[in-house]
Amino acid sequence: MATIHVDGRAYEVVGSHNLLQACLSLGLDVPYFCWHPAMGSVGACRQCAVKQYKDEDDTQGMLVMSCMAPVEEAMRVSIDDEEAYEFRRSVIEWLMANHPHDCPVCEEGGHCHLQDMTVMTGHARRRYRFRKRTHRNQDLGPFIAHEMNRCITCYRCVRFYRDYAGGEDLGAFGSNDNVYFGRYREGALESAFSGNLTEVCPTGVFTDRTHSDHYVRKWDLQFAPSICHQCAVGCNTSPGERYGDIRRIENRYHGEVNGYFLCDRGRFGHGYVNRDDRPRRPEWRNVGEASATPLEVDAALDRGADALRRARRIIGIGSPRASLESNHQLRELVGEANFSSGVVAAEQACLSRMARLARESGLPAPSLREVEAHDAILVLGEDPLQSAARLGLALRRAVLARGEVLAEARDIPAWNAEAVMTLAQGARHPLFIAYPAATGLDSLAEHHLALAEENIARLGFAVAHAIDDRAPAVDDLDESTREAARRIAEALLDAQRPLVVSGGSLASPAILDAAGNIARALAGRRRRGGLTLVRREANSTGVELLGGHPLEWALDELSRGAADALVVLENDLYQRLPRAPVDRALEASALVVVLDHQRTPTWQRAHLGLPAASFAEASGTLVSLEGRAQRFFAVHEPRYHRPESRIHSSWRWLHALEATLEHRQASDVGLETVIRACADRHPALAAIIDAAPGNDYRIEGLELARAPHRYSGRTAMRAHLDVSEPRPPSDADTPFVFSMEGYSGSDRPRSLVAFAWAPGWNSPQAWNKFTDEVGGHLRGGDPGVRVLEPGSRERSHERSHGRSHERSSESGYATEVPAAFAARDGEWRVVILPRLFGGEETSSLSAAIAARAGASTLTLAADDARRLGVTEGDSLSLETADTRRNLPLRVDPLLPPGLVAVPAGVDPALASGDSARLALPDSMGVETP
Amino acid sequence: MTATRYHSRLHQTARERHADTHPLTWRLHEDGTRVDLEDYTAKDGYAAVRQVLGRQSPEDVIETMKSANLRGRGGGGFSAGVKWSLTLKGEDLPRGYLVCNADEMEPGTFKDRVLLEQLPHLLIEGMILAAYANDSAFGYIFLRVEYVTAARALTRALEEARAAGWLGDDIAGSGFDFDIVLHTGAGRYICGEETALLNSLEGRRANPRTKPPFPGQSGAWGKPTVVNNVETLCNVPAALRHGAEWYQGLSGNLSDDGGTKLYGMSGRVARPGLWELPIGTRGESLFELAGGMRDGLRLKAWQPGGSSTGFLMPEHLDLALDYDTIGEAGSRLGTGLMTVVAEGQSLVTLVRNMEGFFARESCGWCTPCRDGLPWVEKLLRALEVGEGKPGDIELLQELASGLGPSKTFCAHAPGASMPLVSAIQYFRDEFEAGIARPDGA
Repeated sequence: MATIHVDGRAYEVVGSHNLLQACLSLGLDVPYFCWHPAMGSVGACRQCAVKQYKDEDDTQGMLVMSCMAPVEEAMRVSIDDEEAYEFRRSVIEWLMANHPHDCPVCEEGGHCHLQDMTVMTGHARRRYRFRKRTHRNQDLGPFIAHEMNRCITCYRCVRFYRDYAGGEDLGAFGSNDNVYFGRYREGALESAFSGNLTEVCPTGVFTDRTHSDHYVRKWDLQFAPSICHQCAVGCNTSPGERYGDIRRIENRYHGEVNGYFLCDRGRFGHGYVNRDDRPRRPEWRNVGEASATPLEVDAALDRGADALRRARRIIGIGSPRASLESNHQLRELVGEANFSSGVVAAEQACLSRMARLARESGLPAPSLREVEAHDAILVLGEDPLQSAARLGLALRRAVLARGEVLAEARDIPAWNAEAVMTLAQGARHPLFIAYPAATGLDSLAEHHLALAEENIARLGFAVAHAIDDRAPAVDDLDESTREAARRIAEALLDAQRPLVVSGGSLASPAILDAAGNIARALAGRRRRGGLTLVRREANSTGVELLGGHPLEWALDELSRGAADALVVLENDLYQRLPRAPVDRALEASALVVVLDHQRTPTWQRAHLGLPAASFAEASGTLVSLEGRAQRFFAVHEPRYHRPESRIHSSWRWLHALEATLEHRQASDVGLETVIRACADRHPALAAIIDAAPGNDYRIEGLELARAPHRYSGRTAMRAHLDVSEPRPPSDADTPFVFSMEGYSGSDRPRSLVAFAWAPGWNSPQAWNKFTDEVGGHLRGGDPGVRVLEPGSRERSHERSHGRSHERSSESGYATEVPAAFAARDGEWRVVILPRLFGGEETSSLSAAIAARAGASTLTLAADDARRLGVTEGDSLSLETADTRRNLPLRVDPLLPPGLVAVPAGVDPALASGDSARLALPDSMGVETP
Repeated sequence: MTATRYHSRLHQTARERHADTHPLTWRLHEDGTRVDLEDYTAKDGYAAVRQVLGRQSPEDVIETMKSANLRGRGGGGFSAGVKWSLTLKGEDLPRGYLVCNADEMEPGTFKDRVLLEQLPHLLIEGMILAAYANDSAFGYIFLRVEYVTAARALTRALEEARAAGWLGDDIAGSGFDFDIVLHTGAGRYICGEETALLNSLEGRRANPRTKPPFPGQSGAWGKPTVVNNVETLCNVPAALRHGAEWYQGLSGNLSDDGGTKLYGMSGRVARPGLWELPIGTRGESLFELAGGMRDGLRLKAWQPGGSSTGFLMPEHLDLALDYDTIGEAGSRLGTGLMTVVAEGQSLVTLVRNMEGFFARESCGWCTPCRDGLPWVEKLLRALEVGEGKPGDIELLQELASGLGPSKTFCAHAPGASMPLVSAIQYFRDEFEAGIARPDGA
């Protein structure tokens, strides 16, 4: 800490900060552009000038850029000094020289950092009277709109896109007052993090194109604290709604998880909640009929309950994309013995191993902020930029943090971004990746080992053995893998904080056993280290903690007539298993009830369809891959703008259905009650009650506002439905109100922040007003609570599946080392690889994501392609036991021979084949290798 | 013929140039042809390398250079010896680089060019010595792209030196290894700024870097790096061959600075060109050597060393042309190549042309320079054509103050503001004449 004097007042600040960080952390307003809390200082914009004095007697002082001035003990500075104030006003005037006068039609208006800073600096009159410089804009794809004329050349975009996130297709071109930020030619931005440009850009150069289609000013949006449902990372988001549609998603700052940045699937993948074809009313479909009849709620519950009452046995299929509350409520409805997690057996075996490793391996699962503090990383069988993109970005930061270590040794502060980069010259902490195909992190890796899954596992087992020889050795390991294992073990042991990243993407329990062995071995040798295990879906971790049978079990029970009714929760079974067994099970069920917010193929087979709320309309709890239980809150009440809507949270439907079934009349239930019941039923989930403040939480006696206090048009926006304005819908489930009439300030610490706003700070930069120090933690605490920790409570019951196959030695090491993969003539191993765009069910239903998903391909090793005489672009036919697909060929020089890689989201039936056949298109005659 | 045209810029004949008074130019041929290795070694060339490498410690070399008081000839005027002493070296550090700034782009400046084209071995010898003092692993010459003749001369000289063992491993049996690569720039004025030069050398955008860290701490590719101007490095062999006292004595009692300086004159003087003179020579003497103004013109103003130095008036000609004296008069010595302005030449047009150059050559990194200079240029253009508005001069002064030191990222804009501020100071009426009268007359 250090004491500094700002305008005559003494403050305690962090000694390693620069002056701008220090001032902002104190809550003092200093305007800035090029500095960013996550990206440090470069001193380009000159906006943050303040006066610095040598000592008490110095009355002259000199201007310094606060972002480039290290905090010094007893430093004396002035923000209010007239020369400094005038200079800052001048900087804005220069920036504004070429900036268009288009605020009224600019989509940044109302959440524009440049607007905020212009007001803050007092520049109000334009003296520049000459012609403005203009640029042409580019089409940057479905996510980002480009308006270069608004650019103030702060360089943040390229510093984020290239330096921070590793993108290569956005650059700075030209010089002097004609610098252009764009691509070398038009085309979709390739980075998975391009959406952050909309928040990183201090003005309206890069704006959200999906928002543009139905644009609303920030102050007219209704927000709620939400959790991204598009993968298991658990990024905090701030979705904004107007007229019943989600208009856009912004990052919601979380000091431990996503910080300031989201991936593009999370930001742009929400379009499915706005689809016109969403089910909004209960539907009844008679057996054998294609069309369905809409029902009222009571009628739907009565018919559903009647039919369930007639059933001999009801099976419930839960969902890893639904909340804990909804899954719990389904489990209550059907009973533990009849509940399936909705996850296929292979994935469930991985999930159960992951939960066990999280408790028993000895290494904790780090938050993303903690991930960034690890200094040697082994990625075993994951492609994090595809399967958990925000984690991939954190891994990149961790590897490049080596530069800051080097810089510190030369007295270059970590915030001096360009100087750190110059000194570091791309220096990296060691990163090793074992994965069958190329990954987006390869360019940072010391070594990428392109291996088939058994060989990845064998490598992992060998690494563990090299760290601790009590861990089982691997027989017949080839020399290069043995050497790689030795090098990896050495790097992990050399590190202060080694990190092992693995997960279920390749659906290989052996890989997880290997990762677990490495974690155990490291835990015995290092005090600090981490084990990050990637799960696929938003609540995969949570559903595993609830327990339940695998999906195949549920289908078997129905198909063989052991049960005759089925309730499916927010789960499209056709996305998980081949068509035939799903069809069989559904046909065998006398009653199929489906709750979902999408008209999925499974919904189309339902007798009773109940329209479920998506994250936009529901509140609930998810558990992220870190083991963090986090609450998401309904953004809006769907009936307000669509009175015909009968959408309700699945947990509410299921409770009502159960009540109707048991008491022959519906009754309502509150979120609090469901959370409490879930926590009581599942000791492992006891802490979820504390994941967020309850519905009685108040600040200064007030509920929390979902809408900014400038929210306009409330009395008019429903006038086409009814000229008298109804009361805003009430929300008994949460401390939020569906209006602006509640607390929305930043002066009282809180963890529940629907949208970031502070007086004078309308842009996302307002988050600085909510944090303990810039880039730190929310003053009210970062949201969520950890439910899965080393040594945390084991589930109260043992599951019949998964556990029994696992063998382990006395020291806890897994002992089943798989045999090496051997390519066999005529038989191909299909590996399904996760992909960011198009590999996830709900986001794929969003137009922008679908547009970026690109064509599905089939990937072969270069040698195999040569042997088959096929080249990139050729159409090949892939046949497994359950399906046959024609796909265009891509060649990956890294892929091991004998493998066929297919991206996720093409056809679940492809996953079933270990002996797939590959054929040239029929016209060329079938030929198998 | 080409050579003759260039060499004619150095006005001193072979008889006027001596080893003990003209350490930079005494070896030059009268006809301007390149001094090759044979000729150079015959004229005591590489003797300093033999004398120093392996025989004096790098620390002693740096001490000698500090007492010689050789100040940076690129225009900054920072002591070369002090710069070297601040450059990190040590066993736990990577060996760094020696970079010769040969990106001579200052308008009105052509001194390094003569040395590069005609006496490349002097530069190479200076670089070897500097590298030895700083334990540099490798040398780069960052050459202005238009200097094609110099590139040819350097390429030949580097080959000759390498073949003769002056470059490469174990130079002159000293155990010291060093080699030099010639790198030609791509035509950006800002690359003359040493840190922008380093970024450009690394293949990055030619934006200056923040200081600290200085290149001596983290320079090219993040390694300790010495960046010196051509003329500075060309002074090193004689200073080390003959010692600090001798070198300091070259300027006699004219200046506290040591050594000689390549001074020059351009503009409407009778004999524009170059002279090697003791540093601290008075402006008047140089003006006389150039034969005064040509064609009966009268001197109106002058810049001491390039477009980025402030205008001085005829009465300032009796000042010593050294860093401190010119600085005290409100300008900078800069490169020491004087540009004269004749009566009848418009200061508004002249400054407008300069500011247009500086605006164009701004790298675009910091706001005042990137967006302020084009505004300055546009205001000057308005004044030039009589479309100025009341308040424009004050606005120009306000803009110029925003372009001052510490307000901008590097020295480019402060340099650009000097001619503007001084021109308004001395010739305000010319600017006022460009303000349109309200009645339209």
